[in-house]
Amino acid sequence: MANIKLSEDKIKVIKDIAKSFGNKPGEVINVLHQVQGKFGYLPAEVQEVVAHELNIPVSRVYGIVSFYSFFTMEPKGEHPIDICLGTACYVRGAEKVLDAFQRELNVQVGKCTPDGKFSLNTLRCVGACGLAPVAMIGDKVYGRLTPDQVPGILAEYK
Amino acid sequence: MAKYKMHILICGGTGCKSSNSLDIIEQFHQILAEKNLQDEVQVIKTGCFGFCERGPIVKIMPDNTFYTQVKPEDARRIVEEHIIKGRKVPDLLYTDPENEQHVSDSKHMNFYKKQLRIALRNCGFVDPENIEECISRGGYEGLGKCLSEMTPEQVIAEVKASGLRGRGGAGFPTGLKWELCAKNKADQKYVICNADEGDPGAFMDRSILEGDPHSIIEAMAICGYSIGATKGLVYIRAEYPLAIDRLKIAISQAREYGLLGTDILGSGFDFDIELRYGAGAFVCGEETALIHSMEGQRGEPTLKPPFPAVSGYMGKPSNVNNVETFANVPVVITKGAEWFNKIGTEKSKGTKVFALAGQINNVGLIEVPMGITLREIIYEIGGGIKNGRQFKAVQTGGPSGGCLTAKHLDTAIDYDSLVAAGSMMGSGGMVVMDETSCMPAIAKFYLEFTCEESCGKCTPCRVGNKRLCEILEKITDGRGTMEDLTELRNLGNVIKDTALCGLGQTSPNPVLSTLDNFWDEYVEHVVDKKCRAGVCKKLMNYVIDPEKCIGCGKCQKGCPAECIVRTDYIAPGHKLASMRITTEKCLKCGACMGNCKFGAISVK
Amino acid sequence: MINLTIDNKPVQVPEGTTILKAARQIGIDIPTLCYFELDGMKFENKPGGCRVCVVEVKGRRNLAPACATDCMEGMEVLTHSARVINARKTVVELLLSDHPNDCLQCEKNGDCELQSLTKRLGIKEIPFKGEMSTYKKDTTLSVYRDMDKCVMCRRCESMCNKFQSVGALSGVNRGFQAVVSPAFDQPLGDSSCVNCGQCVQVCPVGALTLVDNISDVMKAIADPTKKVVVQTAPAVRVALGEEFGMKPGEIVTGKMAAALRRLGFDHVYDTDWSADLTIMEEGTELLGRLQKALKGEEVKLPMFTSCCPAWVAFYEKNFPDLLEYPSSAKSPQGMFGAVAKNYLAPKLGVKREDLIVVSIMPCLAKKSELAREQLSVNGNRDVDFSLSTRELAHMIRQCNLNLNDMPEEDFDSPLGESTGAGVIFGATGGVMEAALRTAYEVHTGKKLPRIDFEETRGFEGIKEATIDFDGFPLKIAVAYSLKNARILMNQVREGNPNGYHFIEVMACPGGCIGGAGQPYHHGDSNIIRKRMEAIYREDVGKPIRKSHENKEVQAIYKEYYGEPCGHLSHEQLHTTYTDQSDKLEATK
Repeated sequence: MANIKLSEDKIKVIKDIAKSFGNKPGEVINVLHQVQGKFGYLPAEVQEVVAHELNIPVSRVYGIVSFYSFFTMEPKGEHPIDICLGTACYVRGAEKVLDAFQRELNVQVGKCTPDGKFSLNTLRCVGACGLAPVAMIGDKVYGRLTPDQVPGILAEYK
Repeated sequence: MAKYKMHILICGGTGCKSSNSLDIIEQFHQILAEKNLQDEVQVIKTGCFGFCERGPIVKIMPDNTFYTQVKPEDARRIVEEHIIKGRKVPDLLYTDPENEQHVSDSKHMNFYKKQLRIALRNCGFVDPENIEECISRGGYEGLGKCLSEMTPEQVIAEVKASGLRGRGGAGFPTGLKWELCAKNKADQKYVICNADEGDPGAFMDRSILEGDPHSIIEAMAICGYSIGATKGLVYIRAEYPLAIDRLKIAISQAREYGLLGTDILGSGFDFDIELRYGAGAFVCGEETALIHSMEGQRGEPTLKPPFPAVSGYMGKPSNVNNVETFANVPVVITKGAEWFNKIGTEKSKGTKVFALAGQINNVGLIEVPMGITLREIIYEIGGGIKNGRQFKAVQTGGPSGGCLTAKHLDTAIDYDSLVAAGSMMGSGGMVVMDETSCMPAIAKFYLEFTCEESCGKCTPCRVGNKRLCEILEKITDGRGTMEDLTELRNLGNVIKDTALCGLGQTSPNPVLSTLDNFWDEYVEHVVDKKCRAGVCKKLMNYVIDPEKCIGCGKCQKGCPAECIVRTDYIAPGHKLASMRITTEKCLKCGACMGNCKFGAISVK
Repeated sequence: MINLTIDNKPVQVPEGTTILKAARQIGIDIPTLCYFELDGMKFENKPGGCRVCVVEVKGRRNLAPACATDCMEGMEVLTHSARVINARKTVVELLLSDHPNDCLQCEKNGDCELQSLTKRLGIKEIPFKGEMSTYKKDTTLSVYRDMDKCVMCRRCESMCNKFQSVGALSGVNRGFQAVVSPAFDQPLGDSSCVNCGQCVQVCPVGALTLVDNISDVMKAIADPTKKVVVQTAPAVRVALGEEFGMKPGEIVTGKMAAALRRLGFDHVYDTDWSADLTIMEEGTELLGRLQKALKGEEVKLPMFTSCCPAWVAFYEKNFPDLLEYPSSAKSPQGMFGAVAKNYLAPKLGVKREDLIVVSIMPCLAKKSELAREQLSVNGNRDVDFSLSTRELAHMIRQCNLNLNDMPEEDFDSPLGESTGAGVIFGATGGVMEAALRTAYEVHTGKKLPRIDFEETRGFEGIKEATIDFDGFPLKIAVAYSLKNARILMNQVREGNPNGYHFIEVMACPGGCIGGAGQPYHHGDSNIIRKRMEAIYREDVGKPIRKSHENKEVQAIYKEYYGEPCGHLSHEQLHTTYTDQSDKLEATK
């Protein structure tokens, strides 16, 4: 066991969130949602502080973070890219679009480009099946995508 | 709605929002203000109209004109022509693909003709952020009736008599579920709404929450009254920001209007609702997993019994229904069980919402009476297969369902007929496939999903599905054997027979149903090493026809694998030697074929 | 009562009985893997996850897990239909398809529940091939983890959380990647683990095993420059026989002493002796605190026992604010080491460094305890190596011996005499009872009216009693499992509302007899029960049953330490505790 090191202001953010949920162990998922909302991701130290504040084992916090796909321990890029791999998008060629993004950015799914600009992830159904295949960059939805549109789209952000 | 002469309804659902429908709303506001019409014409941002394929949708009331694929710059024409001069804008109207005629009223569009909207009754008609509009369309009438005229037992009896079954998966009778929970005495009970829609390709719950959140609040309160619960919890996907926002607004409005909180409508009944956020786990659609997730645990299912009706959230009796089920409840109460009971088939009453998607002309959200045939859905509502291609299969029930074929097209669909055909209703995903879909690859797609979403608790799901998926990978890679096909079936059946929860028990369905219905295609992959749909990359070879190749070298330049070389053969009539693909090095990305302007490259 | 048939045999069971238990009642043994219950100790692991125990229930769509399905009136259950056998075999084949299957070299070879299942089901080949799980190997001083072998039965996780409330382990990830692990897949040693080793005791396979120190000990014995002495803990003698086919509860003290001599130990001593010494120190400390309290002086009460090293690690990590409550007395292992290195070495004419002290313990935490800084002098440990009961059995077999054939021999003197009080240290409540026997007589100067304190015995998780100490009502509590300990510690934190004076804590089920180094009980709590009975049998059979009457203990005070809690004993027989908790450290 060792000391948990984190900057003072971040500790305060977590403490405040935990407190707003009454520091109750049962609220751990809600707390993690809010903490991730603040920091963008949940690195180990942050989870340690959450565990400390809710008085639960950090193994339990990690068990939860590693269970739910919404929680991530990887930082997101400046422009997070999410490719929908729902069935509707899949049968309309989403995989080829994903391949194109991977090729263009030279980055694996779940990772961030070395310059921190883009991170690439997949998700299941954003509910815009009429526009399949769909990708999201930040909050912007791109529909009816084809692989050859990908370089042009990325150029908007470069 | 009375004080305005006209209403412009614009879809603010996720699909249309993605196509800039909010800009359109902004445009309308500006132009109406410019023309000083803001007090006569009201602009309403509604929930999903369902016809996502042609979004963004703009509807003009009272004449029910239905504009499709509207762009922000079209707003001016609609105002100037339609609103001011009363002339419809023809090029924005829906064109019937059969007779090329413009159809202005949605009632006459094939997409809507066969639909019957109960759960979606208000979606696309009301501003979900305005409780008064909801009330003017009959919202909270059901709750009022329950609290003033009915005892909890009568409410349960009515829901039982309606024949309403759970819309989230297996179709458990809703009234019976309520009764089981009502019977258990406890100091605290919970009404839980499962809004953690996780099916890839299903978005009905989201559309209801975005388009008509008040009906869910009303239904949960009715349920609370009948089972003796004062607390409601909505377990909603964190990835649904719009639905969350609208639900939050609706809850606070309902509180303001005394429709939530203490002593609702002076009846002495207390009920309030809180939100809990899902965090991306498909298995949390299973009610025990959902409850554990709400309690701040890993979303692992536990064995039933005990059922949530006995020991649910925080160990208290809890009733879990999904969004669509709840959306039906107020109608059952206001129109009565007898009315509801008349719709549908003998054992499946009412309607079902489907998210129609895939290779079909009219992608969208539809609600149809139980007992409708797949043919009606696909060819009439769905407008047939895209690009005039051949129908191959339709997948229902998402990862838990199966693939049905042409022979099932005339089956009257309900819970039981789908199960008999090797699929299931599930939450209502309906993905249509044409000949460009490879069935073993589709089965693999679903298995990959299940493997990713398996909680890992039980052996059959954790290891079994992984092995199923690996066998499918072998097959789609051209390394499969006939023994593998036998093993697929045996393992699939054992997983079905032994897995702990509904996710695992149904996960082999996509494999087993495609094995049943597309056996030849599997054999082709295994014996002939061929993928007729041209999907399985490893079974494809790109080849250059030396007679057609002019030797321009464009293919070579664009090849990421550097596997294209120049031969020394010059075809008659050409100046340069032709190119050849080194198959062993080829990644099968298809870039060369896209780059060739002479049609010299083909897939063999 | 409910009537049903299992394999066409009628059976009648009370409501709430599972199919598994109903079947056992009529001699049908449905195989299980993840299911684990310590009957009578309120511990159950029933995730229903492995699906090995599935059976066919007439009218049910799918197969039912027998471990978790309650019997219903009129049920017709088949436990070995073709459908069931095929499913059960397939499930085990699936587990094997993600298992290293290196049985020959596996620590659990011969003791593995997956291995015996495979044999029982007649599985000769594994039809599935595919990706295998691979994880980093990891070890503490006590526990070795090879999670490639994990079958996700979750027993370890349940033990660590539900039984011990230690929370070092949790299910992490999901799907095929799901495994039980500390947070962030960090080494177990960096977690809140206290090395109680109960995860090892319950692991059905070789994923969690002990750290084997046999070769270290063999090397020391073979070294002519070293003198090697051994001490054996009380709980070992009532369990070691199981490894040699004897019935649980058989007492093998004499045979064990003989075997140890034949293994080459120069002197064979008894930890029971130092248990008596512990009572002298701890009992005196307790009386000291009580007397101060009666005088109205500031003193920490209740006092906690401190012989269990997992418990010591637990309060150092979780209750740093309460470190003054536990007794400062070292554990019997620690005291023995201190006496051996300080008093015995010169007597035997060897240098401290050349005396190797080995302990035979029912425990895995002892392997970590001996590495505590407080238990060594200039880097030389008081106890050099600790072997578990299971390792001793291995060593005996390795050296071509059979415990059954051993003669009965005595321990060596002067650290070999023990009393019944020392023996009962092996069972929950034993330290308390031993302390009471001595403290009463020392405090009151009277002979005990009754020597047996029944109120401290048995399998109740927390036992409480008020003992009449000649007019003074001494309030005591006895707990096993760290979860129960946590409950009591939290009470102390809140001001000790029950007014306890003295609390005994042991981490393992039933005390040391259920220790992690004992022969695997595979969830049969009757085995632990039999060991406990043997402990009390041994106690009754001893001519002396009170620590302060131990002649060799009296002698060492006379000759060396002077008096309990005196200056020299404080230096050698007492210890200190340090704050090992996680703390937030704000950086800029």
